Amino acid sequence: MSVAVQGATGKGSRERDQRPGPLERLKRSYAKHWYAYAMTAPVVVVLGALVFYPLVEGIWLTLTDANSLNVARKIGVNEIPASYQYIGFHNYADILWGPGSYDRFWSHFVWTIAWTVICVSLHYTLGLGLAVLLNKKLRGRAAYRMLLILPWAVPTFVTVFSWRLMLSDGGVVNTVLSALHLPEPGWLTDPWAQKAAAILVNTWAGVPFMMISLLGGLQSIPAELYEAAEMDGATRWQQFRHITLPGLRTVSSTVVLLGVIWTFNQFNVIFLLFGKGAPDAQLLVTWAYRLGFGQIPRDYAGSAAYGVILLSILIVFTAFYRRWLARNEQANG
Amino acid sequence: MSTTTERPAPAVTPAPAARPAKHRPRGESSPLSKALSHGVLILASLIALFPIGWILFVSLGPDKNDYLHPGDIFGKLTLSNYQHVLGDTDFFTWFGNSLLVAGVTTVFGVLLAATAGYAVSRMRFPGHKPLMWSLLVTQMFPIAVLIVPMYTMLSALDLLDSYAGLILVYSTTTVPYCAWLMKGYFDTIPVEIDEAGRVDGLSPFGTFWRLVLPLARPGLAVAAFYSFLTYWAEVPFASTFMLSSDKYTLAVGLQSFVSEHDAQWNLMAATAVLIAIPSAAFFYLVQRHLVTGLTAGASKS
Repeated sequence: MSVAVQGATGKGSRERDQRPGPLERLKRSYAKHWYAYAMTAPVVVVLGALVFYPLVEGIWLTLTDANSLNVARKIGVNEIPASYQYIGFHNYADILWGPGSYDRFWSHFVWTIAWTVICVSLHYTLGLGLAVLLNKKLRGRAAYRMLLILPWAVPTFVTVFSWRLMLSDGGVVNTVLSALHLPEPGWLTDPWAQKAAAILVNTWAGVPFMMISLLGGLQSIPAELYEAAEMDGATRWQQFRHITLPGLRTVSSTVVLLGVIWTFNQFNVIFLLFGKGAPDAQLLVTWAYRLGFGQIPRDYAGSAAYGVILLSILIVFTAFYRRWLARNEQANG
Repeated sequence: MSTTTERPAPAVTPAPAARPAKHRPRGESSPLSKALSHGVLILASLIALFPIGWILFVSLGPDKNDYLHPGDIFGKLTLSNYQHVLGDTDFFTWFGNSLLVAGVTTVFGVLLAATAGYAVSRMRFPGHKPLMWSLLVTQMFPIAVLIVPMYTMLSALDLLDSYAGLILVYSTTTVPYCAWLMKGYFDTIPVEIDEAGRVDGLSPFGTFWRLVLPLARPGLAVAAFYSFLTYWAEVPFASTFMLSSDKYTLAVGLQSFVSEHDAQWNLMAATAVLIAIPSAAFFYLVQRHLVTGLTAGASKS
């Protein structure tokens, strides 16, 4: 579609008229790719230098016993060279089936999966419900929309801090619960209540993004489809099932994938809500950070190994997800 | 919710003119479903707003345990917390640092993302697919796997505890999503515009810079807002890489402030409100672009 744009790279009209030879085609292709490469080069350089290089380095670290006592470091003017050594896949083996691996890895793994599934489902259903309501012709729609986006527009740091005050023992949430004669769980201290609190806060913070994305998707569905369906006597539910949901398929597939990735790696909510406490409610990513930076000596190799495991889980998931999407696409035409 | 109210009676004749007068046009709903919708939206808005209003309210109480007795705050509303934070702490240093880091990251990141997004949207070149794929995969990198190597790399380059180091680190994490977003937005701008520009003798860069970029303002606004918001009060990277107290950003400074003052929640609350003000202002500027800007990124993948 964009051939005309790229083909006309400042060549005379004489050349454009005749059919180009192979050399000319190569040159022309080089010319057009030259622009593309020039425009993507900054991103490629930045990502390469700051993401892929550290990634390779990080993967190498996982095969060693690096910690804060044996990496290269400076103490005053003395430079101490690195003294860690290659130990093969020992870190992975230790994490996955070493002694205590259930408490150190599998319990966090199960919780992370449950957390991702619950949070993304809640984000999506609540976001879709609110988007459908916001897409109706209602008075004050713009005001509702703005209020509902607010949880996303205020820095997580601020909102999570507010939740922390609200959920603390004797905070406003428990005050309301006791006024209603309901049990008052220790949101920030009891292991199960901690998990519920984390899900609650993350749902509150994550719904607006889904809502806005899906609202945009709803607005791009042509109104004629609904008119035609109404002529055919389709009920509201049938319209929703057979027009709205299929119309949202592309938007949904992207936001769900992003939602899964972001929720799986969600750091801020857990870290800011519980600080150094709540070992049971730590997701794999916050647990890995804690190993690497929250203890002494800092276990760099172990932390990076957790990171690599996390990354592999996400890549496998994405591969399956895309394959599943493609198959669905074919099945639905 | 309103399944039954809208179903046209089967006996109605097919000619639209013959429909009963009370039939409502599409998009209008019955009073009952309207009231229900308003009810749900009002409830949701209250839930969305409450924590934000709450922290604002707590920040007006002068004692550190006032959040436990919110009823008492009404009797002693005061701005003394703000006075203390603004007058007696390093708030303005942290604020300036955050503004510098988040601002430069935003401008730098959005420019990078826009050029890359444009190239990916308009041109088919070898490496096109792998690039899109790596933009997606980069978002999956958990900080745990990057933070240690980044730390050693920055310390080798002497960029630890410097603004430049933090800006570079930040850019890598927003650029992939922003590029993805911008690519989606550029896809919605007709190619004919580029063609017209090229016919008028602009170079591809000129077309991009003078024609397409101004048209992509909603997408740019959303990408800028996203970057700014992510880094305005970011914690893990900033607290790991910024070591000296005159380089602290807001979120880091605030944490040091808790241990120092034995958890003075009232001061924390006041600072949190002050942190939220610039992002709220930014949000107000971009909010009418949000729906178009965000969805363009999602609808074309």
